[in-house]
Amino acid sequence: MDLQQFLIIGAILFFIGLFGSFTKKNTIVVLMCIELMFNAVNLTAVAMSRYLVPYSTGNDSSIVDSILTGQIFSIFIITIAAAEIAIGLAIVIVLVRNYKSVFISDVKELKH
Amino acid sequence: MENDTSLIIDIVFWIIAVSTIVSAIAVVALKDVFRSALFLVVTFIGIAGMFLLLRAEFLAMVQILLYVGAIAVLILFAVVLTRDVEQGSPFNRYLIPVLVISGLILAGVIFVITNTNWNVNSNNITSEQMTAAFVETSILGNIAELLIKKYVLAFEVVSVVLLSAVIGSLALVRKR
Repeated sequence: MDLQQFLIIGAILFFIGLFGSFTKKNTIVVLMCIELMFNAVNLTAVAMSRYLVPYSTGNDSSIVDSILTGQIFSIFIITIAAAEIAIGLAIVIVLVRNYKSVFISDVKELKH
Repeated sequence: MENDTSLIIDIVFWIIAVSTIVSAIAVVALKDVFRSALFLVVTFIGIAGMFLLLRAEFLAMVQILLYVGAIAVLILFAVVLTRDVEQGSPFNRYLIPVLVISGLILAGVIFVITNTNWNVNSNNITSEQMTAAFVETSILGNIAELLIKKYVLAFEVVSVVLLSAVIGSLALVRKR
């Protein structure tokens, strides 16, 4: 259990999410894949700040503060992800109401 | 004794890692949207286990509360609300090219990760010192202090973002 294993798992999760958000037609599944990518980024941030301490002045409290940098990042990312999923699902509901479909490919008014 | 504990931690790590990645693949691969939402929950719980292994207990709790408790339930609600126009979850026509390109980039990223000389525990901080810092100080209190002192601007901005998200989603779904 070291840094590289966590980073590789984060990378695999991120690219599964990337692949899914590019290839799925269903809007809800695309949102789920974006959530997967958020989670991968959180995992990478926490692992980085757990194993790579950026700076220290020597006493224990500053070590903890610099370890916690990644966790604070993750808290903000989780908050933004919650806001994003609320807006995204509201958009899905409006899409279903107006187009009677959940497929992204059916929304193409700007194309013509 | 020390070796036994690290062996058990390694086994737990691999179980969590494999189940997380398999359920993430199931999210993308399954045709039924409801089932892929349920596998998304499994992935979130696996990530929470990873946070526990990384000694981020507070984040593991937040992950369970927010992702499993709120976001997954919101997604399941959206799936159920769109049941009458449900058409499954097929792939579009870019399946093969995106698979090849993202696989290539993933291989490159893994190559870079394994070949970089990560400067683990630089600045003369030993792992014993780090463990001592974790044991002797209160992580939750430190997070709270950082949030309202060092990162207070980001904290306030994020609360404004949340408020605008609430108002925006209400305005979007309002019947007119």
